[in-house]
Amino acid sequence: MKFQRLFLACTVGLALASAARAQLTVEITGAGANRLPVAIAEFTGERTVAQALTSVVRADLERSGLFRLVDAGGPLADSATPPYADLKARGADVVAGGSVATAADGRHETRVRLTDVQKQAVLGTPAYLHSGAQLRATAHRIADFIYEKLTGEPGVFSTRIAYVVKSTGRYELKIADADGANEQAALASREPIISPAWSPDGTKLAYVSFEAKKPVVYVHDLASGRRHVAANFKGSNSAPAWSPDGRQLAVVLTKDGTSQLYVVNADGSGVRRIATSSGIDTEPRWATDGQYIYFTSDRGGSPQIYRTASSGGNTERVTFEGGYNVTPRLSPDGKSMAFITRNNGRFQLALMDLASKQTQILTDSTKDESPSFAPNGRMILYATEIGGRGVLAAVSSDGRVKQKLSVQAADVREPAWGPLVR
Amino acid sequence: MRALISLSLAALLLAACGSQPPAPEQDPAGVESRKPGAVRVDTPPVTQVRPEQFDPSNIAALKDPKSPLSKRSIYFDYDSYVVKDEFQGLLGAHGKFLAANPKMKMLIQGNADERGSREYNLALGQKRAEAVRKALTLLGGREDQLEAVSLGEEKPACSESSEECWARNRRGDMLYSGEF
Repeated sequence: MKFQRLFLACTVGLALASAARAQLTVEITGAGANRLPVAIAEFTGERTVAQALTSVVRADLERSGLFRLVDAGGPLADSATPPYADLKARGADVVAGGSVATAADGRHETRVRLTDVQKQAVLGTPAYLHSGAQLRATAHRIADFIYEKLTGEPGVFSTRIAYVVKSTGRYELKIADADGANEQAALASREPIISPAWSPDGTKLAYVSFEAKKPVVYVHDLASGRRHVAANFKGSNSAPAWSPDGRQLAVVLTKDGTSQLYVVNADGSGVRRIATSSGIDTEPRWATDGQYIYFTSDRGGSPQIYRTASSGGNTERVTFEGGYNVTPRLSPDGKSMAFITRNNGRFQLALMDLASKQTQILTDSTKDESPSFAPNGRMILYATEIGGRGVLAAVSSDGRVKQKLSVQAADVREPAWGPLVR
Repeated sequence: MRALISLSLAALLLAACGSQPPAPEQDPAGVESRKPGAVRVDTPPVTQVRPEQFDPSNIAALKDPKSPLSKRSIYFDYDSYVVKDEFQGLLGAHGKFLAANPKMKMLIQGNADERGSREYNLALGQKRAEAVRKALTLLGGREDQLEAVSLGEEKPACSESSEECWARNRRGDMLYSGEF
């Protein structure tokens, strides 16, 4: 029985992927230990809208790995009293019901009621006015609401991710919803694209493109599709990282010799050097509070992670264990750092608690690269390789919840998780 | 065109669903950057060059397979950014050519193998390009004729996960005006 269901899921995934050409599909490969049982009932009036609403809410919650979805037994309006005894018997701790009404202008009003089944207490009653085209977005916002009510942390279902898809002779910088839907290409090129980085307000991407036969840093406005060169000095220009206020970019330039750290204004003006070493300094990343810039350097003989005060001052080494620690990424709360470590010849995603320096390896793969935190800090998205093909994967910061995101017949790499949408 | 894409996609899908065994696991030993006691691998053979054999003012020589100037790649040892002696003759020929053709510019593209971080590999490729650039400035090239850049691991000459392949990717390529 279990096997059959697995097989079905596999074929559906394939069919969807080929129908949509190259849609990113998300597969859950591990879940949390204590998942909260929730029932998301079908909303009344939902069948009048073209797309399903509650199925997207359910898929979001399920994918987070923190919830176990329980069949609600039937539709439930936001105005109706939930069938508590029945829901208890089904094992649901929480239930969401709702209604979708269509106004004369064609817009929809979706009302939701989230209820604690044990306490028989209403947890919230949000309402959303939206067009038919915003149905999926509304579903993600409902899932965000439920997630935040039940976990105390903001949900990230309304966020977007950026990544690079490589197919034969073609590189595309793609933007998709966090569930892989609504994929759009921001840039297509015959030359490589690497290191996309979201501006803190989510309106722009900085990235490195090799279209000029050398690496050049661009800033790309997503709404208009317009872009400008942020760094194109003699030599190589790479590794853009936004300052927390979105006004500056830390970049790596080689105009004065080896790869070194500089800061430029986001419009490309006002370049200044921020660190000096005789070897390689690269992969800068601002800490959330802007105080420090973390980076990779081989100044001590092997690539290790260091940090320097962004106002100038002392540089200190952060990683000491092992001969290869690269690609620092700070958690949104600033308390931990994800990075890639070489462990017995395998490149794996690790997480360090910055206060205690305790480090945990989160994966069992061999070619992990480019970690990127979800804006609530719960999951880390990264690139890895399965069967010789590039895929994206996500793992929760406690290592329990695992997802795989892949595109059929193409390599996916260089993921970057966008900021919270407010 | 669209039908073609669909077809090739379908073919790829079919290929992905075939019964091919998975690619052999890459030997995870070490990163190119630092690993003591790494295996030394012979770099591809290079023609020994005698600088007097060619006319440095003849631009056509760049494309003549009999001319040393048609050779454009410098290969590096594992964990190394030192231009080996066997390439001094080739670099000498290009240095002479640059001196004889002051309007010619050269883009030197450094490359690294695929193991490890893309950005760190970009920095490693830069060190190789920089080594070639420095050698050429001592052999007749002017600073303003030369630019050293890196393609990191992004443009491998060889895409298998083998030591032989990685050796071919630890490389600096020289491109002249009109070629980049």
